[in-house]
Amino acid sequence: MCAKPVRKKSPTSIRNYDKDLLKSFYETMMKIRYFEQNIQEKFLAGEIPGFVHVYIGEEATGTGIMTNLRSDDYIQTTHRGHGHTIAKGAELKRMMAEIYGKKPGFCKGKGGSMHIADFSVGMLGANGVVGGGYTLATGAALATRMLGKDQVTVVFFGDGASNRGTFHEAANMAAAWDLPILFVCENNQWASTTPYRTTTSVEDIADRAQGYGMPGVIVDGNDVFAVYETARKLIEDIRKGSGPALLECKTYRIGGHFVGDPEMYRTKEEVQKVFKENDPISRFEERVLDEKVMTREELDQIKEKVLKEVDEAVEFARQAPEPDPSELYQDLYV
Amino acid sequence: MREITFSQATLEAMDEEMSRDETVFVMGEDIARQGGIFGQFKGLPQKFGFDRVKDTPITETAIVGAGVGAALAGMRPVVDMHFADFMGVCMDEIFNQMAKIHYMFGGQKTVPVVLRAPDGLINQAAAQHSQSLEAWFMHVPGLKVVIPSNPADAKGLLKSAIRDDNPVLFFEHKALFRMSGPVPEEEYLTPIGKAKVVREGKDVTLVSYSLCFNTCLKAAEMLDKEGISVECVDLRTISPIDKNTILESVAKTTRLAVVHEAVKQGGVGAEISAIVAEEAIDYLDAPIVRVGAPFTPVPFAKPLEQAYRITPEKVADAIRKMF
Ligand SMILES: Cc1ncc(C[n+]2csc(CCOP(=O)(O)OP(=O)(O)O)c2C)c(N)n1
Repeated sequence: MCAKPVRKKSPTSIRNYDKDLLKSFYETMMKIRYFEQNIQEKFLAGEIPGFVHVYIGEEATGTGIMTNLRSDDYIQTTHRGHGHTIAKGAELKRMMAEIYGKKPGFCKGKGGSMHIADFSVGMLGANGVVGGGYTLATGAALATRMLGKDQVTVVFFGDGASNRGTFHEAANMAAAWDLPILFVCENNQWASTTPYRTTTSVEDIADRAQGYGMPGVIVDGNDVFAVYETARKLIEDIRKGSGPALLECKTYRIGGHFVGDPEMYRTKEEVQKVFKENDPISRFEERVLDEKVMTREELDQIKEKVLKEVDEAVEFARQAPEPDPSELYQDLYV
Repeated sequence: MREITFSQATLEAMDEEMSRDETVFVMGEDIARQGGIFGQFKGLPQKFGFDRVKDTPITETAIVGAGVGAALAGMRPVVDMHFADFMGVCMDEIFNQMAKIHYMFGGQKTVPVVLRAPDGLINQAAAQHSQSLEAWFMHVPGLKVVIPSNPADAKGLLKSAIRDDNPVLFFEHKALFRMSGPVPEEEYLTPIGKAKVVREGKDVTLVSYSLCFNTCLKAAEMLDKEGISVECVDLRTISPIDKNTILESVAKTTRLAVVHEAVKQGGVGAEISAIVAEEAIDYLDAPIVRVGAPFTPVPFAKPLEQAYRITPEKVADAIRKMF
């Protein structure tokens, strides 16, 4: 049943897309883009501490997938998780406050960018440990099934993380027990400074699905329509009880591995070329204008709204109080 | 009072808690069809079904990780580690995920997981099936570490662990499973974080836990005949540690010995000695004594294992030297 992975194409036309859905794609992608651009800027200005990894250039993947999820569905994300968190519906102000290490942040300033979570929208956590999330997500999927619910859990991971043994253990367990979970590999070509092909046994990570008896599917991760439609079918099936699946989204990490990365391992030209030809947001704009399903004014309106929202989040985070040292021991034990 | 084995006591705890709360379930290797290596799960799947008493793949990383994830999504998992020695396989899931989630996410979600970990020397099981690793985990903020010495405490502490909203590691010595002891028939809970003065004495405080605590009671009887009165404190929980009970006892007896089956270097005894040195050194009339295993892996051959093992004689010898 599970042969080589299937490659999904972009829909031939988007004329039948609901206007609100199109708007929401653009709004979410732009929200992520502005949010991340702000993070870069504020980090380099010394306002944001710690380690931050941005999702610029990968917005279509998280957006296309999350649009298919209900608010009670779960996601488990990674060190590069801002985009997923936003797409799952997290409030920008509290999210930004957390990244600034402020008290009103989701984690009261105890987590930061790499350890952010918002359980109120089903975001079970980022993970500072690469590949640390698979097994947790598998457990969440197990719990939803034991509780008789029809929730779906999605776990995101990078091409680098696909080489962790935790992937194998979770994929086997999920498949052996037919759990309602979607494994989403965001293959952005880079694992930190290493081109994934130099350290990974296969060209397509979705090939590995066969070994677990689950379907493997490949999609252009920079095409929000293709991601959305492919994920919709997979998530519908999983919700109905088909068991797990692996979706590989081919994308590209436009930013450095972390903000401030000198990127000695690749040329600016390479990155600029991809950004010019394959930026998911420009591609969306071109396509909706081309097929005349949205107007330039509509796009601009959304942009404006989103810019304002992100600016407000930054202002909120800047003004927010820091945690008091007396909170150090809070929440260690219940 | 009726007497039952340690294994039966833990089985009763599981049965009572699974009956009380539908979100409690247990998973691990060879627990459902086989009933557990020590019979500690026998009959549970027949009563609660194979979904709530789950045989897992041999996949410690995923078992513990899935336990954590299931806890985040509303269940109260009990995870059996088969042998404590295998905890190294899933260390990240224990100390980076399970232990930290509540704190690093600002208290948004509790992680009510219990890891049951059979540990200690038995049947010459040797280097990779005999260790006592509890000290590793008292170094990790966010975990509770429980380690009973007898059937009654095992039952009461396991029930408390399952009801606790924090992650709890429950170390159970393999040689204790067949030990019988009095266990009340009516329901009770044993508090986590409370040590117990099991035997009162006036000359020396002997702190221990798990199987070794029973070794200490024997040593105390031997010393009693020689006129040394030993107060035996069963720690029962090593994190959070019950400092007060230890300090009060030391203030009274003026001497401290700590005994455990785990390797002495960097062991629980080191922490307790440091606490007493920091907070009660003025009470001490003799240097602190620690008895623990030599700094080697657990050997296989009988004479070597015997040389490695803590015996009542070794404990008594060490204490005599304090006088
Ligand atoms: C277990 C572990 N090993 C190494 C690291 C350091 N590290 C952080 S991100 C990263 C690269 C991850 O690459 P990939 O999974 O492809 O995700 P991407 O960063 O490309 O989104 C590495 C090596 C880590 N955080 N955790």
